[in-house]
Amino acid sequence: MEKTLLYEELKSQEYFINMGPQHPATHGVLRLLLTVDGEIIKKVEPDLGYIHRSIEKMCERDSYQQIVHLTDRMDYLSSHINNEAVCLTVENALQLDIPDRVKVIRTIIGELTRIASHCLWWGVIGMDLGALSTYFYGFRDREMINDIFEETCGARLTMNYNIPGGLMFDIHPNFVKRTKEFIAHFRNKLPEYDRLLTGNIIFQNRMKGVGILSREDAISFGASGPVGRGSGYSCDVRKHHPYSAYDKISFKEALQTEGDSFARYRVRIDEMWESMNIIEQLIDNIPEGDYKVATNAVIKLPKGEFYQKVETARGELGVYIISTGTKNPYRMKFRSPGFSNLSLLNHIAVGGKIGDLVASMATLDLVIPDIDR
Amino acid sequence: MFLKFSITKTIHDWLFELMPAGVAGVVEMILIAVVYLLIFAVAGLYLVLLERRVAAWFQLRLGPNRVGYQGLLQTMADALKLVSKELTGTEKADKFLYNLAPYFVIVTSLMALSVFPFSEEFQAFDINIGIFFLTAISSIGVIGILLGGWSSNNKFALIGAMRSGVQTISYELSVGLSLLTMVLLTESLQLSEIVAVQKNGWLIVQGHIPAVIAFVIFMIAGTAETNRAPFDLVEAESELGAGFHTEYSGMKFAYFFLAEFINMFIIAAIGTTVFFGAWLSPFGITESIPWLGVFWFLGKTLLLVFLMMWFRWTFPRLRVDQLLRLEWKYLLPINLFNLVFMAGLIWLGLTIKF
Amino acid sequence: MQTEALQKYLEAWEFELTFGEETNQFLNVNVPPHQLQEFMRKLKIDHETYFDYLFCLTAVDWESTMEVVYHLESTKHRHILVVRTKTADRETPVLDSVSNIWATAEFHEREAFDFFGIHFKDHPNLKRLFLTEDWKGYPLRKDYTDEVNMVIK
Repeated sequence: MEKTLLYEELKSQEYFINMGPQHPATHGVLRLLLTVDGEIIKKVEPDLGYIHRSIEKMCERDSYQQIVHLTDRMDYLSSHINNEAVCLTVENALQLDIPDRVKVIRTIIGELTRIASHCLWWGVIGMDLGALSTYFYGFRDREMINDIFEETCGARLTMNYNIPGGLMFDIHPNFVKRTKEFIAHFRNKLPEYDRLLTGNIIFQNRMKGVGILSREDAISFGASGPVGRGSGYSCDVRKHHPYSAYDKISFKEALQTEGDSFARYRVRIDEMWESMNIIEQLIDNIPEGDYKVATNAVIKLPKGEFYQKVETARGELGVYIISTGTKNPYRMKFRSPGFSNLSLLNHIAVGGKIGDLVASMATLDLVIPDIDR
Repeated sequence: MFLKFSITKTIHDWLFELMPAGVAGVVEMILIAVVYLLIFAVAGLYLVLLERRVAAWFQLRLGPNRVGYQGLLQTMADALKLVSKELTGTEKADKFLYNLAPYFVIVTSLMALSVFPFSEEFQAFDINIGIFFLTAISSIGVIGILLGGWSSNNKFALIGAMRSGVQTISYELSVGLSLLTMVLLTESLQLSEIVAVQKNGWLIVQGHIPAVIAFVIFMIAGTAETNRAPFDLVEAESELGAGFHTEYSGMKFAYFFLAEFINMFIIAAIGTTVFFGAWLSPFGITESIPWLGVFWFLGKTLLLVFLMMWFRWTFPRLRVDQLLRLEWKYLLPINLFNLVFMAGLIWLGLTIKF
Repeated sequence: MQTEALQKYLEAWEFELTFGEETNQFLNVNVPPHQLQEFMRKLKIDHETYFDYLFCLTAVDWESTMEVVYHLESTKHRHILVVRTKTADRETPVLDSVSNIWATAEFHEREAFDFFGIHFKDHPNLKRLFLTEDWKGYPLRKDYTDEVNMVIK
């Protein structure tokens, strides 16, 4: 009798930690309720909605050109690709014949956006894990891309360069030259970054074996993008459902099989190399032609349903429009990659330590406005 | 001759001429204490500025360079700001211990500063158990950290203090052992004797291989003992709060903050004294001007401080279990082996002497 | 599998299915709510279909009925199927949860509950996701009004 009582008293107690909405490691306003026993995490429950702006409801009363402007606020780091997704859906619905010039330019700018997003991700992952200088190196290279965008598209972050029918204006004469300069510069920098973080033994010990996600779990949880590819699940939309100019170029899909944080990290670094290869294949041969196709001022989609998938820097974005023939969609749904990626956080963080949670979240690369919409 | 002018002897003689012996003795002690307090304050302030400029240099930006010439008055401005801040305190905190904790860390840092040989004559306290005294002092410093975390009555401060305490006492072992390896060469714990032995060549050269290993271990363990990156999980901003000094603000926070920088200076100073020949110039080039020794000492120390800052801004952090594993499974066995290796080397007479 | 072959294959199963028009982008199949769980499970397990990737779960408010649309893809055969189910009860719709088949459905169904009020049976954690716990009403329904916050053109 007395022995059981003593054992009851010695049991350790779980406690709650709130990684609150304002926290340097959560990349946006995300609240995580952690149930922790000592240092081991027992449960992670995300609390969303801090930046919910009801984009889907707003889309039901906006015209299609206005909807494009709402989408780049969702995942603002791959804003160009979000815009492209909506424009492609509308153009496929109207069965417009988009000129090759538009397709190639959209692909080039999409790949530049991907590199910019991964540069920022790389800087932030170093900062989260303690190597505070990497933030500045990542942002320095991102600045060069932002300058290219500013010259051609008029804005640095939320570009709105794509419109249903093509592009808003033609590319600036300096675009090709500056992009080539950037590629030459970045090809020298990326091996430096590899040596700084990837080869560092402290970094490898923090990332290897942490946050393991098996391939079946990745598919079941709907993981896409680098999260899925880090577990060996080949999910690149650019390969399986090609759009714009992706069927005309050749590139390798970055795949790793271990499924831990280090594998997801390597996938993104490889993706940056592949993006540079894609841009190099296209940048010298931009076809001549129109930069847009004329559409009506008031676009009305025919009655029916239309779905378009694209590959953003985070994963697979899906745009689903249900139209009843009027000038506003009846229902517009955005299938955001971060939403599914966040749902597997509980699965991979349980049983690890808090430091591992920070490393796993950094490699999931969540952008909260993308999840909250 | 001006070059042979001994500042301490002159002041000592002047004071004893001026007043009776007892009073002069007391006045001398007060003077030395004031000088050391000034060194503590000024060194602390300028080390903070140095850290910010070095960090900015690594991060491809300029640091503070507006306040005063090249930003030299920046930390002065920060100190004034901190002094004018409200001294908050939680209601349920243990008042006495909460106020006492910062003083532990300051007093231990000051005590450690007093034994360093800045030059042949500028050494306040040349005790015959010098190295032993230094390691004993750093053990007392842990009390300040644990008291600070406990008395804040804050769950996260306590976790931070516990982690920090465990880290410090683990790595003290490695620091002590690597210093012991060098003491084998000098056959004395007294700091001025250690410097005298290095007139035949700095200890890191005299002991070649085991001395270099001891130096590497010393730098790693020293960085860990002062809770600097890459071992600063305790104060990691992207994790929980700010560690054991979460509940401190204003001047008390400034004490902890300055003490961390002075501890870094102390580790670098120990490294300079034991491995690189304190105030001795390489190959004795300025031996005839004794007071230049201060600049040699400061130069070498600042180089080691720069090395520690370089670590901070380059490497990611270690997780707390990896930290402890590093010490107990890797550094300690290597240290013990190195000790035996150095002993063997000395016995066989294979050390390099000039 | 091609669309016609897939349609024939699914018709051979004994469920009350109706198919959508041929001009749709993907093959649409309507299933009644009481057969939803079985049908979905069979779609995942059967080797010829092997739909293991649920990539979109959308709830739609047709003013007289409430519909849920599931977009499924197979990672082995790379074909896409759209499964739809309608309930006649618009005020308090109840449907089976598929979160025990695809883990991603857990969050998607919480979102559908939050915005449309569709209650999913056997869901492990059916609470509001984006809005606060004490929010009244279901915003994405067509009859939702909010004088303070909504701007109607």
